[in-house]
Order: sequence, then structure tokens, then C-alpha cells
Amino acid sequence: MSASARQQSAGADGIVVRMRGLHYAVNGRPIFRDVDVDIRRGAVTAVMGPSGTGKTTLLRLITGQLRADRGLVEVEGQDVSRLDRAALYRMRRRMGMLFQNGALLTDLDVYENVAFPLREHTRLPERLLRHVVLTKLQAVGLRGAWRLMPSELSGGMARRVALARAIVMDPGLLIYDEPFVGLDPISMGMVLRLIRRLNDALGLTSIVVSHDVREISAVADFCYLISGARVAAAGTPSALADSTSDEVRQFMHGLPDGPVPFHYPAPDYAAQVAEPRG
Amino acid sequence: MIAALPRELLASLREALATLGRYAFFLLRLLAATPRGLLRFGLVVQQVHNAGALSLVIIMLSGLFVGMVLGLQGFDLLQRFGSEESLGVAVALGLLKELGPVVTALLFAGRAGTALASELGLMRATDQLAAMEMMAVDPVRRVVLPRFLGSVISMPLLAAIFSLIGLFGAQLIGVQLMGVDAGQFWSQMKGAVELDDVMEGVIKSGVFGVACGLVAVYEGYHSVPTAEGVGRATTRTVVISSVLVLLLDYMLTAVML
Amino acid sequence: MRQTRAIELGTGLFVLLGFAALFFLVTQVTSRQFGIGDGGYRLVASFEQVGGLKPGAPVSMSGVNVGRVESIEYDFKEYRARVTLRIGSAYDRIPDDSDAGILTAGLLGGQYVGIGPGASETFFRDGDQIQFTQSAIVLENLISKFLFSKASEQPAAATREESNR
Repeated sequence: MSASARQQSAGADGIVVRMRGLHYAVNGRPIFRDVDVDIRRGAVTAVMGPSGTGKTTLLRLITGQLRADRGLVEVEGQDVSRLDRAALYRMRRRMGMLFQNGALLTDLDVYENVAFPLREHTRLPERLLRHVVLTKLQAVGLRGAWRLMPSELSGGMARRVALARAIVMDPGLLIYDEPFVGLDPISMGMVLRLIRRLNDALGLTSIVVSHDVREISAVADFCYLISGARVAAAGTPSALADSTSDEVRQFMHGLPDGPVPFHYPAPDYAAQVAEPRG
Repeated sequence: MIAALPRELLASLREALATLGRYAFFLLRLLAATPRGLLRFGLVVQQVHNAGALSLVIIMLSGLFVGMVLGLQGFDLLQRFGSEESLGVAVALGLLKELGPVVTALLFAGRAGTALASELGLMRATDQLAAMEMMAVDPVRRVVLPRFLGSVISMPLLAAIFSLIGLFGAQLIGVQLMGVDAGQFWSQMKGAVELDDVMEGVIKSGVFGVACGLVAVYEGYHSVPTAEGVGRATTRTVVISSVLVLLLDYMLTAVML
Repeated sequence: MRQTRAIELGTGLFVLLGFAALFFLVTQVTSRQFGIGDGGYRLVASFEQVGGLKPGAPVSMSGVNVGRVESIEYDFKEYRARVTLRIGSAYDRIPDDSDAGILTAGLLGGQYVGIGPGASETFFRDGDQIQFTQSAIVLENLISKFLFSKASEQPAAATREESNR
């Protein structure tokens, strides 16, 4: 089943996350100015952008860890900013999130880390719990590592364990925050394949935040490029790659200079050199 | 510059007041969650182990030496008045009411408080707390509360152990080395020390347990999520706990005397 | 699992040690004694002056500990201090004309109640009042009495000398 077919089967309102006219500022500095984003059901949607453009902030707005200054953030038809703590927690039980470095609990071993959400939220008998946990670990290929502590795992393994933990409650929406940072090519390939396979096999909706253009282009169905506090471009990866916009081209092809300047704003070079400091 | 000074002073005063308010809110939040937190007994036991059992060696060692010093100094002082038989009373009251709770609390802040703050700070810095929130688990209830309760439970027990070991340390010096009559040492002590004196120590160390635990978990939980932030959180924990313990000690002594 | 067990064991040991220390401090370091507390019987004695006597202080006969002071109140009918003693049930043959006094253990020690046996054939029973009591000696009173008597002695001696002349 292809991505487009899935989108059609989800019907006209196959939109899981809807952001409209989103404004958000930190200390008066705008992070988002009038941003519109739609996340379609069943698709892998990428959110890209240069470092420091607030991609992670976008995720936190979706999960309700932050609240928008103005505008609408809707998840499964619920206005996130209107939810109280209990309702937020109920919503998050249907979400899985993979943090940058996995964020495994350091005092629990791999097995207990994956079992953690189940132990906190359900009263499964130990045998059933064991079955669920080992199944998820098998899915990420780390069933054999179940007795290891997080400190004994490599970066890629830690992220795969975190992925197993993120899907242990069978969420509908899976969010990846910079899943490729600091991974060697082999681990990167594994994570990439997992994102696609889990999305299709479990019928999930995935949001991937990243600035690794090549990797994300291989896996995403749809891309948002965020730059300068707004959506600079949106479309399929190939459409973005062929874009004629300078801004998009600079980011997609990794050009050192362009609309995002190489130089930090500075006074005249010769004048600053000649002048004594102070 | 001079005109700006009062304004700056006012600002820092306001900041201090706000910090106090945040501490109070955090304490209320912890206390509100305590009944349900106690139900998850296994988590609390683990923290009693971390805060209490792992502090045992340093507490016992310090208690022994503090007691020995008290024995030596007390003997020297009382000898001048020819009443060295009262050594037991002097040492016991000093340990039970003051040195036991206070020195235990200071050591606890240095040993367990810093460990708590840096552990929580590290959990913050590595997104573990955020990950829990995302898994719809309240980190205050799951992580912070057991650590706080562990401190509150451990402190009075540690202080009692400290006082007892100190008493034997003093006895070791006074009776074995300086030749105070053992019978006089214990019987005078029994005659003069009241149950209220023991209770005063227990109450004090209970309050110190709340204070040290609260400071450690607050600073760790609210630390800036960087390596530097974690370091600063541990430093602040030691400084704030120590000052707070001494301040509270004066207030409690004034109230209970 | 083995690790959790070690933690539980260590914690158990620590808690046990802590409570043992607390128990020791309460029972061995203070004068509080358990066992007599519930049993035994009560005697009441009223004193002009109790001095530094406190609840929990020992009650002794010839140096043997037979009970403790349960409570001290002020009696507005008699305008005296009313002291309730709890005596161990083993000491149930104290003559009912015995006297009670508040004494001091050593020069600086704590105060206690001493009972001196009378000669009666009948014994105290629960709730009885001790008729003969001797108040605590207050050092200041003693000293001032001593000074007054000295002061009144001096002029008297002086007049005597005058008349002799």
C-alpha cells in the first residue's frame, strides 16, 4: 500500500495534527510567525530546517509541553491548548516519542525501560507483559540485549530501545526528534528502515524532525521546511529538491552561502581590524 | 549607580521571595502526592537505600569522631569544676539535641543531597524527565517524590545512629582513656536526660530531612539542562541546605527550649 | 532480581539499625522506664515546694527504685503542689504512715522522691494520700535564711558587747 493510497483511504479528514496561524515567541524573539502545518494520517511527515529554527519547539507544541501564544494546535480534533493536565496525559498515551539521545531511564535495564509505560499505566500479568516487551524488542532487533543497562548500549542501540519503548503502548502517532544525530551510517540505515517499516506495519502516523536532508528524503512522504519563523516550503521530498527558491535550494543542497548568510552580522571588516578593541 | 542600587536590591529581594514561593509550591505538590506515593513502597525503599543506607558509613565514622572530640573537650572543661562525672550528661545532651541532628543534616546534604540533585539534573539534561512526561507519567510523582520521602525517612534514623555512636565514642575517651567512672557516666546521664530531649532531636532531624530533601530535589529538578547547570544545581544544594539547616536549627531550638 | 534483593536487604538493615539506635536512646539514655508504666498503683502526695522535680523522676526507697513520678499539678484548694506517684505492683507493702520527701541525687544531680517507711500494720492502696511530706530544699531559701540568721546574730552580739562594757 503506497502512501497516497493510505491517505485517500483515511478520507477527507485524514489529518491527525492541524496547526493554523501559529504564533510562538521566546523572550520576545519570534520562533513561529503564522505557521500552518497539517500532518496526514498514515504518512511519514518530515519537519526540516536549519539548526535553531525551533523544530523541537514545534514538537513540544504538538505534545502540549508548550502552549502557543496564538493560533490553533489540534491533535485528533482536540485543541491542545484547552486540555488540562489529565486530558493531556490521556492524549499522550496515544503518542510515542523518540528523543534525540533516546532518553532511556539510566537506572533501569533495557527490558524494564521498554516495560516502563506498561507498568505505569496497565496491570498486565507478568507473562503477558513479558510477551509484549519481547515482541517490541524483537521488532527493533534487540531482544538479545534485554539485560543490558543503558550505559552499555551504543548510540544506535539506545535509540532503537527507545523506539521499542515508544511503540510499546501501541500509539497512533509516533514522533521522532532528530533521530539521526550522531549515528554511524549502519545505525542510521537501521533507524531509517525502522521508521518506514513501523509506520507501514503498525499503521502509524509519523512525524520526523531532522536536518539530514538525504536521509529524510529517503523516508518521508511529505516535507515541511521551516526557516525564518515560518514555513518556507512544503511538498514531497522530490518537489522540494527541484524547487527554484534560493532558500529551499540552499538548505536542500547544503550550499554554504545564500539567504542564510555565511557571516554573522558584523561591522565593516577593515574598520573593525583597524580599531582597537573596546 | 547609587540610584540604581535600591532598585537592584529590590529586584533581588523580589527574586528571593519568588524562589521561596516556588519552593513552597513544590513542597505542597510533594505533600499532596505523598499518600499515593507511599503506596508505591518499592520505589521509596530504593531511595531510603540510596539516601540512608549508603550514607551509613560516613555518618557512623563522623559520629564516632565527633563523640570522641566531645569526650575529650567535655572532660577537659568539666575537670576544671571537678565534676567530670557529668561528662555523660554533657555529651548526651549535646549529641541528642544539637550535634546529632545538625552534623547529620550537613553531612547528608553533602553526601545524599548532592547525589540526588545531580541525578535529577542529569535526568533533566538527558531528557529522561521529558520522556516520562511524554509517556504520560508524572515525573514529580514517579521520580521526585520517592527521593524526597527517602530523605525524610532516612534523616531521623541517621541522626539517631550518629548520636548513639557518638555517645560510645565519648564513653571510649571519657571512661576508657580519662578514667571517668563508667557507672557515674551512665547513671548521671540517665538521671538528667529526659524523653523530651530525645524527641527534640528526632523532631529536629525530621524537619532537616524535609528541608534537605526538598532543596536537593527542587534544585535537581529545576536545574538548567546542561553539564554546567547540573554542576551549579549540586553546589546550590549544598549551600542552601547547609544555611537552611543552621537557620532552622536556631528557630527550632528557640521554640522548643 | 539479585540486585533488588541486595538493596532491600541493605535498606532493611539500615532501618533496623536506625530504630534500634532510637530505642536505645529512649530506653537506656533517658530515665524513662517501661514496664511499671501501666501496672502498679497510684499514690498522691502534696508538697509545699517541689523544686526541680519533673514527671518521670524516680521514686525510691532506701535507694531502690520502686516507681516514678507520673504527674505534678498545682492544687488550688490547698495551695500546694500535688504529685502523683506510680508505684510498681511488686512494692505493695508500704506502710500507710510512710513519709515522702523530695531529695537531690548528689550536689548537681536530678531530684527524686524518697519514701521512708513508717511503722503501721496497714499498707497503702491505690489512690491513697501520703500524709507526711517534706518539701524540696531550695538552695536560695536556705542561703537567705542563713544570711538573715547571721545578720540578726551580729547586732545582737554587738549589743551584748556594749552592755558588757
